[in-house]
Amino acid sequence: MANDQSSFLEQRRQGKGWYDLFSRGARDWLRHNEKVQDAVRQNLPELISGADILGQGGERTVKVPVRFLEHFRFRLADSNERSGAGQGQGKPGDVLARPAQQGPGKGKGGNDEGGYQFVLELKVDDIVEWLWEELKLPNLTMKTGGLREEDYVREGWNRRGVRSRLDRRRSVKEAIKRRAIQTDGPPFSDEDLRYRQLVVRRQPATEAVVFFAMDVSSSMTERDRRLAKTFFFWVVQGLRRQYTRIEPVFVAHTVEAWEFNEEEFFQVQGSGGTVASTAFGKVAEIIDERFDPSRFNIYVFYASDGANFRHDRESAANVLTQVAGHANYMGYVETVPSGQHSLTSETAALFQGLMEAGAPAGRYALSTPESVWEAIRTFFTSQATAED
Amino acid sequence: MADTLQGYATKLEALARSQGLDYYPVHFEEVPSSFMMEVAVYGLPVRMPHWSFGVRYIHQLIQHQMGHSRLFEVVFPGNPGRAYLARNNSLQENTLVTAHVLGHADFSKNNALFRRSQEQVGYRIVEQAAAHARRIGEAIETHGEQRVEQVLDAALALEAHIDTFADLNRPRYAPRAKGKAAAVPGFQSRFDELPGEEDRDKPAEPAPMQLPPNPERDLLWFIAKYAPEMQDWERDIFLAVREESFYFYPVFASQIMNEGWASYWHARLLREADFLPQNEYLDAIKTHSDVVRPHAAGQQAALAVNPYHLGFVMWEKIVEADGLKKAFQIRAEDDDFSFVRNYLTEDLAEELELFRYESGKDGTIRVVDSGIHDIREAILAPKYNFGAPQVFAKHVAVDGSLDLVHEHETDGRGLDVQRTERVLDYIGQVWRRPVRLTTVDGEGNEKVISREAA
Repeated sequence: MANDQSSFLEQRRQGKGWYDLFSRGARDWLRHNEKVQDAVRQNLPELISGADILGQGGERTVKVPVRFLEHFRFRLADSNERSGAGQGQGKPGDVLARPAQQGPGKGKGGNDEGGYQFVLELKVDDIVEWLWEELKLPNLTMKTGGLREEDYVREGWNRRGVRSRLDRRRSVKEAIKRRAIQTDGPPFSDEDLRYRQLVVRRQPATEAVVFFAMDVSSSMTERDRRLAKTFFFWVVQGLRRQYTRIEPVFVAHTVEAWEFNEEEFFQVQGSGGTVASTAFGKVAEIIDERFDPSRFNIYVFYASDGANFRHDRESAANVLTQVAGHANYMGYVETVPSGQHSLTSETAALFQGLMEAGAPAGRYALSTPESVWEAIRTFFTSQATAED
Repeated sequence: MADTLQGYATKLEALARSQGLDYYPVHFEEVPSSFMMEVAVYGLPVRMPHWSFGVRYIHQLIQHQMGHSRLFEVVFPGNPGRAYLARNNSLQENTLVTAHVLGHADFSKNNALFRRSQEQVGYRIVEQAAAHARRIGEAIETHGEQRVEQVLDAALALEAHIDTFADLNRPRYAPRAKGKAAAVPGFQSRFDELPGEEDRDKPAEPAPMQLPPNPERDLLWFIAKYAPEMQDWERDIFLAVREESFYFYPVFASQIMNEGWASYWHARLLREADFLPQNEYLDAIKTHSDVVRPHAAGQQAALAVNPYHLGFVMWEKIVEADGLKKAFQIRAEDDDFSFVRNYLTEDLAEELELFRYESGKDGTIRVVDSGIHDIREAILAPKYNFGAPQVFAKHVAVDGSLDLVHEHETDGRGLDVQRTERVLDYIGQVWRRPVRLTTVDGEGNEKVISREAA
């Protein structure tokens, strides 16, 4: 008979219900978010090629607006005309709602979830990780050749040392060992103390310098510079992935070349013609002054619309070869009208010559924001193979 | 509070039975409001995982935090029935809710639609759904989250596309019998048997069965049984989703009656509960008037009809006019369609200030002058077929590709093309052959939406 009776609040007497331990709603919500992230990842190049990420300080993030994912169902096509039943005061002809006043909560809930948006804030570091995975980019090979940096590392123990390096675990072990043979000895003696010892080791260099050289002559348009800027930004991020310390150096040139800080570099607008050798000369000069090629991994990227004075060809080739001797990699991007992919310019020919001579170099045409990713892929892939 | 409530509950049950309510025992359980919210989102206390529930959950959470929704109870039919009460309900609220639950329990034991679905799912949908969730959990471990999710994307998207008149354990189509056994009975068959006709009409072998023999609305079943390359565990998931839809159908298709009935009974039982102190009765009935009202306080009119209120008033009128016995008979035999058509009278509609509205092309919504027939149909229109468009499986071609057809004449217009494409993609991932669907475009011309297999 007991089974026939309704029972009341039985769980309360048995203590906590299982549902206190676990939220299915939260689990499925997290899964939804995972899917959003995946979707964002797959469209990452398009999503962030337009995003303004440069020139911000601190921990860089990109904000991407996303919608809740919709689980699709068969649904009738939208129609302006709808009808239904309502309740309340209303005579035929009374206006109940106007289009502008349409707020949420009216109509059927159900699938209207697609309307909500939220902003996904992505860390640039994460994006770079994803991109490298997405673009299937290899890890860079660092310059090999000797140990270049000195650093202290722990190695072994000493009976003497400063208090802060006392290794307590080790000292207790020593005491135990001693008392195993010395049954009436003191629990601890000075003899038991062990200190960690530091020695100097030479480490492989993990420093890198990356030169961004850009043609800012009057022929470079705003669009050209923006493409170059986006490209440079992702190059730095890619290199940062690998090097603990990376120093960007910005060089702009027209018929002369100057070094700039990052902010000025992207603002600068020159006038006049293009003499590329000045930029490469400046790079060579800076390397000589500040960056010992035996200590630094050196990357050089150059952006231009490709029009170089013809009489500069020889000197540009010479100085370029000189820089190439030090550099891990030299990349050239040429901004071209969209739709064009072939490179026939004067500067392109210079780099072609470099590549034919077996130097680690590459070139690519930038025409649209999307082509930036192709350029990145090309450079990082060829850089890795060039050094293998 | 628990002891006081237990005391009231025992007395309320005695009162309910003496009034003729008839129900399986109910297990009451107090749960945190966070759990109530999940039950509302999933429709069942334990249900299979799917990311789309996560989206609904967040919406519910936002609504909850903005104070728009408060859930007092959720009740599941079965033997025993299960009722979950929100832990933050007051004693007065819980007294009302207990009486309300008894009304639901009586309805689900006796209403024909519920009885049929309960017989099919074995009076234990809560346990069945938990078992589905466990099996799907196992499938995720064996086959990986992504593959299971693909199957669930398709199955849950087709959740509404079942044939509630078919059996839960519906067998495959009977193979076409050899010879003439399948012939239509009646004159044609007798005519065929006339002597002298045998030579002319002698097919060497029976024609291969057309699949499906007739347009099939039971898409979950059809795909589970006839998909050319589905694996058993995938078919299993489709049938699990279908079983849950079987359970949901009466909840959906008799909502006005069911909520109205439960509201009628909580009001009546509390009114007659002489053991309740006066002030507790007043508090409880205040909760009643907050829930069972035509539209939000301060609003003049709503573009929706509150099923609690409509059902409640209709039941009151029925009992008043025809007596309890008749009311018990109606609750056993009707569903919302027949209930509204038979018992929502013109006078009642006027008293309730029901109206029909329409929006013009510019989006302005106006009340339109409508007769009682139009008002009834406007209330019922969103209730057909779970509110989903009518889509049928029409034909499986020799290459295994599947043709679906949308019955646009019934629905009045074509399907949303973009969504349809995505749903066909979902289906393609389990059907593994091209899938096509025929509907109409905005101009009423035939439009075929076609997707290659995934």
